[in-house]
Amino acid sequence: MLLARVIGNVVATRKDEALVGSKLLLVQPIDAKRAPVGRPLVAIDGVGAGAGEHVIYLKGREAAHPFLPKDVPTDAAIVGIVDEWHAE
Amino acid sequence: MILGRVVGTVVSTRKDEKLSGAKLLVVRATDPRGKDEAGYVIAVDTVHAGVGDRVLVVSGSSARMASGLKDTPVDAAICGVVDAVDLVD
Amino acid sequence: MLLARVVGAAVATQKNEKLHGTKLLLVQPLDLEGRDRGGTVMAIDGVDAGVGDRVLLVQDGKAAMQTLGKGLAGVDAAVIGVVDAVDLPGGGA
Repeated sequence: MLLARVIGNVVATRKDEALVGSKLLLVQPIDAKRAPVGRPLVAIDGVGAGAGEHVIYLKGREAAHPFLPKDVPTDAAIVGIVDEWHAE
Repeated sequence: MILGRVVGTVVSTRKDEKLSGAKLLVVRATDPRGKDEAGYVIAVDTVHAGVGDRVLVVSGSSARMASGLKDTPVDAAICGVVDAVDLVD
Repeated sequence: MLLARVVGAAVATQKNEKLHGTKLLLVQPLDLEGRDRGGTVMAIDGVDAGVGDRVLLVQDGKAAMQTLGKGLAGVDAAVIGVVDAVDLPGGGA
């Protein structure tokens, strides 16, 4: 699981049937000190996150797990909204 | 998933039989504002995307969860055509 | 998937039993301009490709295993198609 900040959302009318009804958010991965790391990516929102919030997301095959038994074709999913964190 | 733009097509007659009939598109990675980034990927189209479309590309094992790609040797699929990207700042 | 060029083939008599009967190719990933992109990788051949062929390369373990069709196996890359043509109306940009 990794940290990211929600920086926007993506609208796609024509999409895989399994994605219908899913919210697609654009997230910028960040490090523990809130600095951006790498490229932004699109993640399926599983928790009702919104713009500007810090979130925890899953990458890879496991990103589809929160939506089982539905097979959702995603390689990134938001699984938590971070209230606060501390890092040295 | 990453955002990208379809820039071309690939024709491959001799391919894995599980990919018969699959449409292969060349997708250039873009940033959220649509600017080209380094890199490209060839992805199987599952949503009737075409050259010029902005698309969502899913990679890795998850690509095979896209419609019709179960048990195929695929590591990237186009699973959505992007209408709009709204950025907060 | 990436475009790649087959630059060689490897013979490995002693290999994992799931790889018996499988041809191993040495492939060079390419960018859209046809230039080399990164280092070469070994991939199993799913389509009887040959040296010099331009091919489609998957670099995901489970995808490569689908080509092999033997369940879980120790592979992470496969050639799954021989490219006849790439059409880039805008030159890839």
